[in-house]
Amino acid sequence: MDWTPSIVDRAAWEQAAASLQREERSLLSLWGEPGLAHLALIEADKISLLHLDCAGGAFPSVGRLHPPAIRLERAMQDLSGLQAEGAPDPRPWLRHSGPYAFLPAQGEGLHQIPVGPVHAGIIEPGHFRFTANGETVVRLEERLGYAHKGIDALMAGASIERAASLAGRVSGDSTVAYAIAFAQAVENALGAPAPARALWLRALAAELERLANHLGDIGAVCNDASFSIMHASCGLLREHVLRAANACFGHRLMMDAVVPGGLRSDLAPQGPRELEALLAFIRRRFPELVDLYDDTASLKDRTVGTGILSPALAQQYAAGGYVGRASGRHFDARRTPGYAPYGALQFEVPSVQAGDVNARVWIRIREVEQSMALIEQILAGLPSGATHSPLPSARSTTEGVALVEGFRGDIFAWVRIGAERRVERCHLRDPSWFQWPLLEAAIEGNIVADFPLCNKSFNCSYSGHDL
Amino acid sequence: MISKLLLRNFLRGPLTEAAPAADDGALAELAAQVNQAARARLGRTLSIREVDAGSCNGCELEIHALNNVLYDLERFGLRFVASPRHADVLLVTGPVTENMREALERTWRATPDPKWVVAVGDCARNGGVFAGSAACVGGVAAVLAVDLHIPGCPPSPVALLKGLLALVESVST
Repeated sequence: MDWTPSIVDRAAWEQAAASLQREERSLLSLWGEPGLAHLALIEADKISLLHLDCAGGAFPSVGRLHPPAIRLERAMQDLSGLQAEGAPDPRPWLRHSGPYAFLPAQGEGLHQIPVGPVHAGIIEPGHFRFTANGETVVRLEERLGYAHKGIDALMAGASIERAASLAGRVSGDSTVAYAIAFAQAVENALGAPAPARALWLRALAAELERLANHLGDIGAVCNDASFSIMHASCGLLREHVLRAANACFGHRLMMDAVVPGGLRSDLAPQGPRELEALLAFIRRRFPELVDLYDDTASLKDRTVGTGILSPALAQQYAAGGYVGRASGRHFDARRTPGYAPYGALQFEVPSVQAGDVNARVWIRIREVEQSMALIEQILAGLPSGATHSPLPSARSTTEGVALVEGFRGDIFAWVRIGAERRVERCHLRDPSWFQWPLLEAAIEGNIVADFPLCNKSFNCSYSGHDL
Repeated sequence: MISKLLLRNFLRGPLTEAAPAADDGALAELAAQVNQAARARLGRTLSIREVDAGSCNGCELEIHALNNVLYDLERFGLRFVASPRHADVLLVTGPVTENMREALERTWRATPDPKWVVAVGDCARNGGVFAGSAACVGGVAAVLAVDLHIPGCPPSPVALLKGLLALVESVST
């Protein structure tokens, strides 16, 4: 991967923030540690990494010019004590202590509806503060951080093995994608790529993960419109994917299957046969479910035109995954900057402009088809050889980055490795950081009762965001 | 379209798989917790309120799977409810983050007696991989009295079923 690190001064830092504002580059992440702020950007397929010395404990706010950075800066203040000078929103974010001032919404006939952190369904914890006029949502403000586990602090000083197991538990639904992102960043830092067979099998696991999540969520979106037959049928397909994953990699969610250096173990001997049966099963069942979705007017009535995210906002926030691709973006980390083995595989990155719940469902339907085609290609072209190579020792402190496409979008990973192969610092940025704020925009003007539908169509990660 | 699907599903019969036996270890852990009065009141049905106290979401995915057609949790008289006020059981996941501690305590207080607490997953037992973090309390037992632990990272749906069946058997026999 093509990336450059540089130690910059405040002027260069501010220039970078201005280039984000002009949308010449996209924000990958912004994070800190005591005395040091880090900014990662992408322009075309080139990643740049800026390090700014913050001896005074402060740095020029990026969020002042580029709103997608605001929550990252609030988290930096909570986790590393660094202050963003001139930040538009200085409230804490991941650390909860004392009362929290929600943004005001004023006008005749407005009322507030507080929801969470404990929700009605089996979902992650978060708080939503709705201000509504009758049924219509005037403002939604999210308050997150309830799943904050202190992962950054646990990573600091951890062995690579321990850090890998933490990375695989940042967001359980994306455990494979996170494990790949962390492993790639470590291999990038140490200059030791994993063997080809391991890279292909990682892609196999990643596509299975994508398939399982997309299938489950397509059904779950329909369930939030009370159309339960889709939920039951898609749930069956998802269960088959998880059982196949278990047969191939020894764990239903494939946790800890990917490790720095390669894979924990090779594909099980019965793997290819199980996967062929799985693909045949999905190909038999899924098309009629897609027809059912498309032909049910009462269901489409709920999803079409609901929760529209404008292409302009998706672009500004560099929204990844199906959220971005349903609103006109084409970005996919498997293509840009791209990583092995995807350069050797044929696949399409679907994209539409409509930006509503229906568009997000359709992107996921198309991605199910693409992932199945990818799994077939991987099985046909799987190289032989080792699935793990031992990691070399670091001669001096070294850093590495990775950008990996999870089912939800691009996951950014940065790691700095010091003596005795200890992780000095690690930062993992979930795609949800740039999708959660867009949900607040997409729900505006919709009715409160459509929020579950909109929320599920985004399906942002709480745990991945809260770290 | 939908009528064809429904007819075929009807003719094919249920996809639901045979139930596993209740977990022996769980039965032993529960024997001390469930008294005769509670058994008489509850019969063979338990309402479960799930509380994510900061898990990675892995446990939630497998708890969700219990509701799919292959495991079909409701056939055992177990069902998930939307409010702690309707619940007999709190099914708690995660290492209990500092930020979720109060919400968990308040959910417990909102649940009427008799009630049981089931800690699901390795994090809920002792913090799991997050043990020692300053942002986590470190296990459900640090906040609430726990009646049953179902280990795993995450526990599979079959492991969850075995534990919950032990609970329903202890309560109803």
